[in-house]
Amino acid sequence: MIKININKKLQGSQADMELSINLSIKEGEFLALSGKSGSGKTTLLRIIAGLEDANGELDVGEESWLNSTMKLSPQKRAIGFVFQDYALFDNMSVLDNLLYVKKDKELAEHLLGITELSELKNRLPNTLSGGQKQRVSLCRAMMRRPKLLLMDEPLSALDPQMRTKLQNEILTLHREFNTTTIMVSHDPSEIYRLASRVVVLENGKITNDGKPKDVLLRTSGSQKFSFRGELLDIKKVDVIFIAIIAIGQQLVEVVVSEHEAQNLKIGDAIDVSTKAFTPIVSAV
Amino acid sequence: MLEMLQTIEFAPFLLSFKLAGLTTIILFTLSMPLAWWLSQTSSRSKPVLEAITALPIVLPPSVLGFYILIALSQNSPIGAFFYEYFGIKLVFNFTGLVIASSFYSLPFMVQPLQSGFESINKNMLEASYISGKGKFETILKVALPNMKPALITAIIVTFAHTVGEFGVVLMVGGSIPGETKVASVAIYEMVEIMDYDSAHIYSGLMLIMSFLVLLSVYIFNHKNNNKFAGFHR
Repeated sequence: MIKININKKLQGSQADMELSINLSIKEGEFLALSGKSGSGKTTLLRIIAGLEDANGELDVGEESWLNSTMKLSPQKRAIGFVFQDYALFDNMSVLDNLLYVKKDKELAEHLLGITELSELKNRLPNTLSGGQKQRVSLCRAMMRRPKLLLMDEPLSALDPQMRTKLQNEILTLHREFNTTTIMVSHDPSEIYRLASRVVVLENGKITNDGKPKDVLLRTSGSQKFSFRGELLDIKKVDVIFIAIIAIGQQLVEVVVSEHEAQNLKIGDAIDVSTKAFTPIVSAV
Repeated sequence: MLEMLQTIEFAPFLLSFKLAGLTTIILFTLSMPLAWWLSQTSSRSKPVLEAITALPIVLPPSVLGFYILIALSQNSPIGAFFYEYFGIKLVFNFTGLVIASSFYSLPFMVQPLQSGFESINKNMLEASYISGKGKFETILKVALPNMKPALITAIIVTFAHTVGEFGVVLMVGGSIPGETKVASVAIYEMVEIMDYDSAHIYSGLMLIMSFLVLLSVYIFNHKNNNKFAGFHR
């Protein structure tokens, strides 16, 4: 069980805000931290890692990592950390990056095997692709057999196919080591695939906490489909209005009434939902 | 020409290199913690320390030499202390030169090291802390190997700058043959007694060596930049 109860004053981009988090995480849980940028996700991760100071308590199992009298240094916390920009040691080969953490060649070879990096073990990080680098970073984070694995938007710099591949590897590693994991992510599909629980932060506070299915699916009541999108344009065509809406990477056109059109501004975040109809699903 | 080279006295050159070598070693050791601290801190005293460190660049060497002379002479508490307890004189000898040079060349060691440390991705250092490694091991095994160009620049430029110093050395050391008469001082004296032949040879040698030193630094850094860029270019 990991108990987090911390406070920290942050200087946000617009106004000062207070990060105030009270959270318990079960052992082996895979928790996704979601929320807008500037909501305090990365800071929370860094406080847990001991890279930033905060007031409050942090208990991991029987150990206290932070309380009013002491703060355990990052070196003494059994954590793994995966940075968004990989942060590999450029002067060391792939294998040496792992062995630097712990001189356990067997574990290093095993991890490289799982992530299909065995053939690249003598290469320098600068000769690897982004996806390969992030896999090395993931392996490196596992070398301490951490009690807690922290990942700060680990896949956001990668293309969709590489993301899927790495998601599988993260799942494989999580199943094998059963490491309690906290991952910052913006990607609903990623959260859905990986996490068993999602916590949403807004302005330094938890605003939603639950199973990914309950938190991420936007349908409510009798709605069958609901998408969050951004209004790009409203055009008047004869007597009707057509709204152009960006949903994810897709653009769609939706007919709206004159009344609706008057209430919408270009750039608004909107929900598009529909009730009774049966969608047709076909492979691409 | 060859005859002239054979008759020439090389002791001042050797002295210059001995002084530069010692100064570089001392400064490398002392500047490392200072440069690291400057690169990582957000303390309010940082600009003050940076300004003090950079002073030798802007101060006339005679001013620096004057203060060092005053501070180290036997009339000052520091000079008196060393003479009384260790029997060491700190001015007008080689020891004094080393101390004076260490002040004079300090910014040439600290500044490249500091910018080298600052250029290291902070996440890389934090990844090392999270791997359970302390600051010392992180500096030695992660920071320094990833800032080789800055390291080479700091060492070579400090060495070269010490070889090239004149004013401070003259003020603190005078011109005692084999003890404080370094190459730059020797050239000054040759010109004063109008021994232009020797002055030419000395100056020419200094010019060529300085150029070669700088050239090797730039070649090394050029190659290194290409190597560290990876294959995305």
